[in-house]
Amino acid sequence: MTTVAVKPATMAQALTRALRDAMAADPAVHVMGEDVGTLGGVFRVTDGLAKEFGEDRCTDTPLAEAGILGTAVGMAMYGLRPVVEMQFDAFAYPAFEQLISHVARMRNRTRGKMPLPITIRVPYGGGIGGVEHHSDSSEAYYMATPGLHVVTPATVADAYGLLRAAIASDDPVVVLEPKRLYWSKDSWNPEEPAPVEPIGRAVVRRPGRSATLITYGPSVPVCMEAAEAARAEGWDLEVVDLRSLVPFDDETVCASVRRTGRAVVVHESGSFGGPGGEIAARVTERCFHHLEAPVLRVAGFDVPYPPPMLERHHLPGVDRILDAVGRLQWEAES
Amino acid sequence: MTVMEQRGAYRPTPPPAWQPRMDPAPLLPDAEPYRVLGTEAAAKADPELLRTLYAQLVKGRRYNAQATALTKQGRLAVYPSTTGQEACEVAAAMVLQERDWLFPSYRDTLAVVARGVDPVEALTLLRGDWHTGYDPYEHRVAPLCTPLATQLPHAVGLAHAARLKGDDVVALAMVGDGGTSEGDFHEALNFAAVWQAPVVFFVQNNGFAISVPLAKQTAAPSLAHKAVGYGIRGRLVDGNDAAAVHEVLSDAVRHARAGGGPTLVEAITYRVDAHTNADDATRYRGDAEVETWREHDPIRLLERELTGRGLLDEAGIEAARQDAETMAAALREHMNQDPALDPMDLFTHVYAEPTGQLREQRDQLRAELEAEACTGPEGDTHR
Ligand SMILES: Cc1ncc(C[n+]2csc(CCOP(=O)(O)OP(=O)(O)O)c2C)c(N)n1
Repeated sequence: MTTVAVKPATMAQALTRALRDAMAADPAVHVMGEDVGTLGGVFRVTDGLAKEFGEDRCTDTPLAEAGILGTAVGMAMYGLRPVVEMQFDAFAYPAFEQLISHVARMRNRTRGKMPLPITIRVPYGGGIGGVEHHSDSSEAYYMATPGLHVVTPATVADAYGLLRAAIASDDPVVVLEPKRLYWSKDSWNPEEPAPVEPIGRAVVRRPGRSATLITYGPSVPVCMEAAEAARAEGWDLEVVDLRSLVPFDDETVCASVRRTGRAVVVHESGSFGGPGGEIAARVTERCFHHLEAPVLRVAGFDVPYPPPMLERHHLPGVDRILDAVGRLQWEAES
Repeated sequence: MTVMEQRGAYRPTPPPAWQPRMDPAPLLPDAEPYRVLGTEAAAKADPELLRTLYAQLVKGRRYNAQATALTKQGRLAVYPSTTGQEACEVAAAMVLQERDWLFPSYRDTLAVVARGVDPVEALTLLRGDWHTGYDPYEHRVAPLCTPLATQLPHAVGLAHAARLKGDDVVALAMVGDGGTSEGDFHEALNFAAVWQAPVVFFVQNNGFAISVPLAKQTAAPSLAHKAVGYGIRGRLVDGNDAAAVHEVLSDAVRHARAGGGPTLVEAITYRVDAHTNADDATRYRGDAEVETWREHDPIRLLERELTGRGLLDEAGIEAARQDAETMAAALREHMNQDPALDPMDLFTHVYAEPTGQLREQRDQLRAELEAEACTGPEGDTHR
């Protein structure tokens, strides 16, 4: 057997391939958004699609997010499968009226007669030195809206697998793409067929015995690093990558927490009213008797996303995670 | 009876709503953008004004070049240049009285500076030390607005409030061609028209919204034509003709101040540089097009007019250049100093009074910083 050296793909390239494969497999799949055509998107995720599939299938729209998502609703009503790009997290907000009032609840409103298979791609999160309105973590808004699925990859393979699954889904799926992982690479070989990940399954990225770090998206690599660093302090941390926020994989998460007895939820968005509160509550409800300590949260501060020169103080990093892990020695303290 | 016959038989007296509310003709923009330089109109222009415009354009061009250079040195995170659009930027600031308000988009740093805001403070957003570096009330300049078109309803509200209070204040709101597709653009124009608010909407049509050309943005004859649907005046001007932009905007401001309501002004111009330093413009446009626009450069146009009429000589040109150099040197010097940042500022301005949670988080960060001061910062910025 000959081994060919394959250049590892970036997460952005994996997403491009997912779009291309989905478009090739199903003529109903249409990509649209601002600058997605000629330019290939500001992050180049739609690079080459307009050339390959034509401007009717990969369309530069007028600059209007409510219009982009609103017309996608109509297109989906008529049998297409729109994949829309919101250029940056905070620029999706003009589309929230369409998202919340229509996209999320059309199936429910029509007693199942009018499902909307729309994929909404949102580059999100900080850590790239972006100016104001380019670093929001908006997952809590999406999670709080019934009728939407919300997924967020942390690895290159998952980026491919989750986006394919989102496009294949008959329900609207918000795909939150961690901007700062767009250029990350891992062992995924772009030449090999990649698995389509079913939506709703978390995965244990690193097994451990002393405590579980529950995390997703941009915080996964940070937690992996924290887990390595924690070994020096005698902690053997398990890292669970949620991959899907809605639906939530209680089974994987709770199985892990039952094994370790301790848990910390880690994410970039603020903690008050953020995803961590929901996760901590679920874990507590299901694993109360297994817990040796309260479920802690390590999150961004409850402030509007700071300017780039201050973001390193805002983002949850290894030290802050280790600090929380230290606080899990509840019995010893009280 | 057929449907047609039925229709024919039905002839009610038209209700009032069927009457046209006004004659749209005076609202319509001229087919050709208004020009002053190189035309008869130039003779009537005030030479002093033209010379001031010239000095401002030269300074503005230098500012754009300097700011772009600062991105290459890593001193600015990003800079959306207005090279080629200086006439619009400068005129927008110049036509306003001190009591008036400017509502800039993220691209309009130059207009903000021309309005009198400190150049370093105007660049704070783009440098990344804070979101807005200046006090909006000091020069009556709203924060540079990154989400597109969202500043337009603000301008309408402010102008409306001023009028309710009996103040003689006009708001001038700037937006790009792409921004005119946003819902907020529509809502702002409609509110302003219905309220007859003293607002000037100023669209700099520079050909592209990042990569998307105007033809994919709108099917209207011009962006100025959109005004008619709202019942306000639309005006089309050559955005590279500083005298023309100044005249059209002045007229719109006067009209608003006199209670005539809003005007939508579209300036036809061109973004000579890329969208920002992070953009690759070769993906969506050719050099030939850019070159054509360099020929129609705002500084060139005005210089030709002024020298042709003996209002400017080599010494005058040199003096303007020197002036711009001095400004650039000062900007360079200030931007090369590291801003003194206090991480605790993260919590200072979230609420008038910090909440309990924020106080806790503030203490947490303070403890982290103290620990860091003892051990020294770790290599990883996110640690
Ligand atoms: C609501 C919103 N959507 C998307 C963006 C991202 N974006 C920043 S600038 C830009 C293009 C703007 O074009 P235009 O309005 O023509 O202004 P110009 O940049 O040409 O001055 C886009 C799409 C944004 N800032 N706000």
